[in-house]
Amino acid sequence: MKTIGRYVRPYTLIVAVTMLLKLAAAVLDLLIPSFLARIIDDAVPAGLRSGIFFWGGIMLACAVLSLFTNMYANRIAARTSSQMTRTLRHDLFSKLSYLSAAQLDQIGIPSAVSRLTTDTYNLNQLFNRVQRIGVRAPILLIGGVTITLIMDPALTLVLLATLPFIGLLVRFVTRRSVPLYTRQQGILDRLVRTVQENITGVRIIRALSRVPHERSRFEAVSQDLSGTEEKAGSIMALTNPAASFILNIGLVLVVVTGAYLVNAGRSTTGNIIAFLNYFTIILNAMLGITRVFVMYSKGKASALRVEEVLLMPEDLPVLQAEAPVSSPWHIQWEDVCFSYNKRQDNLSAVSFALRHGETLGVIGATGSGKSTLIALLLRLYEAGSGRILIDGQDIRTIPRKTLYGKIGVAFQNDFIMSDTLRENIRYFRDIPDEAIRQAVEDAQAGEILQDKEHGLLHRAAVRGQDLSGGQKQRLLIARALAGTPEILILDDASSALDYQTDARLRGALARNYPQATKIIIAQRVSAIMRADHILVMDEGRIESAGTHEELMKTSSIYREIADTQMSLLEGAAHV
Amino acid sequence: MSNPQVIGGGRMSRMERSGDGRRDSGPKVSRAKTMRRLWRYMGVHRGLLVLSLILAVVGNALALLGPRLSGTAIDAIGLGQGEADFPVIIRMAGFMAMAYLVSAVIGYILSRVMLRLRRKVVTRMRRDVFNRMVSLPVGFFDRHQTGDLISVITYDIDTVNESLSSDVIQLLRSLVTVVVSLVMMLVIAPQLVLVFLVTVPASALYTRWATGRARPLFRERSAQLGALNGMMEQMMDGQRTTKAYAREEEVISNFDRANDAAVSAYARAEYAGTLVFSSVNFINNVSLALVSVFGGLLYLAGGVGLGDISAFVQYSRKFSGPINETASIVGELQSAFAAAERVFRLLDAEPEPQDALGANVLSGVRGDVRLENVTFSYLPQVPVIRGLSLTARPGDVVAIVGPTGAGKTTIINLLMRFYDIDSGRIMVDGKDIYALTRESLRGAFTMVLQDNWLFHGTVYDNIAYGRPGASRDEVEAAAKAAMIHNFIMRLPQGYDTPIGDKGHAVSKGQAQLLTIARAMLGNARMLILDEATSDVDTRTEQRIQKAMLALMRGRTSFVIAHRLSTIRNADHILVVRNGSVIEQGNHENLMKSNGFYASLYQAQFETT
Repeated sequence: MKTIGRYVRPYTLIVAVTMLLKLAAAVLDLLIPSFLARIIDDAVPAGLRSGIFFWGGIMLACAVLSLFTNMYANRIAARTSSQMTRTLRHDLFSKLSYLSAAQLDQIGIPSAVSRLTTDTYNLNQLFNRVQRIGVRAPILLIGGVTITLIMDPALTLVLLATLPFIGLLVRFVTRRSVPLYTRQQGILDRLVRTVQENITGVRIIRALSRVPHERSRFEAVSQDLSGTEEKAGSIMALTNPAASFILNIGLVLVVVTGAYLVNAGRSTTGNIIAFLNYFTIILNAMLGITRVFVMYSKGKASALRVEEVLLMPEDLPVLQAEAPVSSPWHIQWEDVCFSYNKRQDNLSAVSFALRHGETLGVIGATGSGKSTLIALLLRLYEAGSGRILIDGQDIRTIPRKTLYGKIGVAFQNDFIMSDTLRENIRYFRDIPDEAIRQAVEDAQAGEILQDKEHGLLHRAAVRGQDLSGGQKQRLLIARALAGTPEILILDDASSALDYQTDARLRGALARNYPQATKIIIAQRVSAIMRADHILVMDEGRIESAGTHEELMKTSSIYREIADTQMSLLEGAAHV
Repeated sequence: MSNPQVIGGGRMSRMERSGDGRRDSGPKVSRAKTMRRLWRYMGVHRGLLVLSLILAVVGNALALLGPRLSGTAIDAIGLGQGEADFPVIIRMAGFMAMAYLVSAVIGYILSRVMLRLRRKVVTRMRRDVFNRMVSLPVGFFDRHQTGDLISVITYDIDTVNESLSSDVIQLLRSLVTVVVSLVMMLVIAPQLVLVFLVTVPASALYTRWATGRARPLFRERSAQLGALNGMMEQMMDGQRTTKAYAREEEVISNFDRANDAAVSAYARAEYAGTLVFSSVNFINNVSLALVSVFGGLLYLAGGVGLGDISAFVQYSRKFSGPINETASIVGELQSAFAAAERVFRLLDAEPEPQDALGANVLSGVRGDVRLENVTFSYLPQVPVIRGLSLTARPGDVVAIVGPTGAGKTTIINLLMRFYDIDSGRIMVDGKDIYALTRESLRGAFTMVLQDNWLFHGTVYDNIAYGRPGASRDEVEAAAKAAMIHNFIMRLPQGYDTPIGDKGHAVSKGQAQLLTIARAMLGNARMLILDEATSDVDTRTEQRIQKAMLALMRGRTSFVIAHRLSTIRNADHILVVRNGSVIEQGNHENLMKSNGFYASLYQAQFETT
């Protein structure tokens, strides 16, 4: 909770002001009945109408004052809790945005989403209520206890004797319920995931008529969630009745003790009556405080989940730059090894080097490590051993903005936002419209725009569902090109393009981006055969490297791939 | 960045298309109607409700007994030294302790009853929402943010029920207290109750006015939260892309805008809610002042005694306490109503139209498929498919080729009835597909789609999803045929390795092979392969070729592929361009005619 506490601290002063206002309002509320006593004790016996009106007027004045202080304090409370939530959610979102791929894998996207949503809402409520009730209640409690102490210390001590029991109760309830609330949030993650899967897989699920199965799957998670909610609630429900019971027993003791005191002439009946009145205030305040504790334990579960993210160490820090070494190579890999699970290598001993403007083609079977190569070059994951250099500089020492500013990348099935095509290509960068149009042209995406009534301002549907696979890919390539990158990476980014379009794309790349060093991952030999270097990947290793002609001689895998694809050419020739 | 459609936000999107999903009903939903619908959820559990009502009355009555018992005890103490009647005091104390104990126990039972009620209502509401979700047209999900939908099923349902379970019972309790106190006050000094004739209606009117003002704020709050959720969900999905372009700062500042909007909508609504509370507190204080003044005047006029005023004041405080609480609850109810509206709006979303009356179950499928002059558009006036006709005989392999964006995938959407056509006819085995049950129609197809959908579960679960109850051997055989068995065996727990979100990472190609294995388990008579091997490398593709052919054997197959090699052997090739078939025939004929197909085919060997 320490980290979350930091979000409250900047508001200490303003919370203090709210507290003072609430104090004033509470005191006014406490005073109003005492003016009634004035009317009854002073004005009425003296038969003074003016006195009655006078005190009545004061009561009204107090009421008005109390109204305004309360309103103002509530406004501040709503505002500060919103500010806190905003900052917290901002920080959480930022942190999540900067998490390394491995860290985000560890949390999982659905859980990240529910931490951003339900967990921050829980905390917002906690902030808000604590300010409103959490302040008023203790003030009423302390005020009430002080007044009763002055009136009759002995009786007050009897009442106070019950407080430790309430403390034990609150401790018991929070101890038992926090783990349950944590579990509840975990199940909520599962529920979110189930809904998410049902949305993304809607076509398959419908096609396989698995809707009933999905229903029962959802039902199971939902029941589990409801069950845990009920369990946690049952423990929480103990708080109110148990706390009022303990306090009421205190009251009974007060009456009995009071009877002895009055009987012994050490107190008066009037005192006991007044005491009982203030007791109601104390009781309500105490219940208010326990309610805050209840909210606290629910908030705590959420706070812990949010904190877990906030406290994640910075992964892949930028290292101290060494003295720049001039290097003839633009991109250079030295003996790079990597493993996702730290057991079995997914890449081993990968070395290669590229000069500015050269093109590297990468080909290989599914799962041979092609995409891992890209992930490492982008420093989405960190190489286990070996070095990756750009212009002689270890990528671990290049500031993120500089590194990514050099690179334009199109992943295979990448992310399309529900926003305009223009915004999807621009992707939050400062790119003039002409550059966007040029990129669209080069990516062979022009015809997509022709189809759409609003051209670049066409709004893509959620997850780009209104675009075909090929259209999406061209949009992603346009995104990669729009920044005129130094390094252009196409990770199987044109697999859904027909050959004609693909060929035109390659032409445009060669013509209009001669400076860019290109890394092209593909399954079609035709897409990479003109590359300056070709890597043939197999089970995480470079099986062989060279130009198309060399590889045709040296690599059996490459030859096999090429032959199967080329035999078709002959087949076509026969027709 | 804004979202396409926000549930309950009352915003229409340009993506709207009649025929699927229909328009969301407008934002104005009468509160009475929302209440009635909520009541339908609560009302089913009348037994529990009645029980809780009884418990609330009894528990509260016992609690109200306390002051009377203590009063008797105080009378027994007497006014001076040595007058105390201890047996009575002790007896009363005993009664008090008993009353409080019973009241506490009843209070706890009441809470448990309400929790049980809440559990039932929540589960049912979630079930209803989910059931509605799975019956919505596919197009609905193309238009709504996932995060927004999730927000309904989690946050909104939760808000509704939080309030139903705690607030309703609180209202019940308050009602009892108010009635009892009112009776007591009437007994003590009916004249003074007149004061409440002023203050109570004032409270009521004010509350009504203030809640009327707060309602749009709460609606706005729910809509803004939905939009924010949608955005957060989307940008989490795009985290890797954002990273690769180092656009975190910009994304975050974009996020900040949505966050600010949501937060300030939240604060405005929250404040409006508390305003009701403070104002009612004010009115109560005023009524106390009025009671004191009039009480004093009445006393001077000889109307009431001093003790009466004191007792009256005590009860009036008991009376106003619950009214205070009620006022603060009203704020919470507002947010519950706004959330309920969103829940109901989703429940009201038009599901896929019912199967036609007397729709037949497609059985004994042969696999004869005919499209006649089909026209379709996602957006009105922007036809994607124009006058498309197509014939596939049982067992035919029909390849659909054409430039990207020509409408190939749309044909699949229409065949499967994910979207409904605008005009023309689609027939399977000579039966109009609109006269068939959707389930039997879709069940007649096996499909492998471009986006390889895997869910969180084991490898085995994911493959067996294609045919429930498939044996381990069958699953392994399918995996072997799809050339993914070896990969699976290398996973830490083989077929029992969890994959999908948070599970073992699987590459796109591997994911595709898994979905192919899944399809291989299916036994439908018709097959759809939409770029089914686009993520698989050529060598692997070659190796699974045999299995793919086996998969197609005897099935009417619709194949979309860019690699024309895959489709050279198709019985029938449709060349689609701009939504209509421009050429058709088999490979040889099409090559001979040297048209668009031939140029496409040649292009794949051009290497620039």
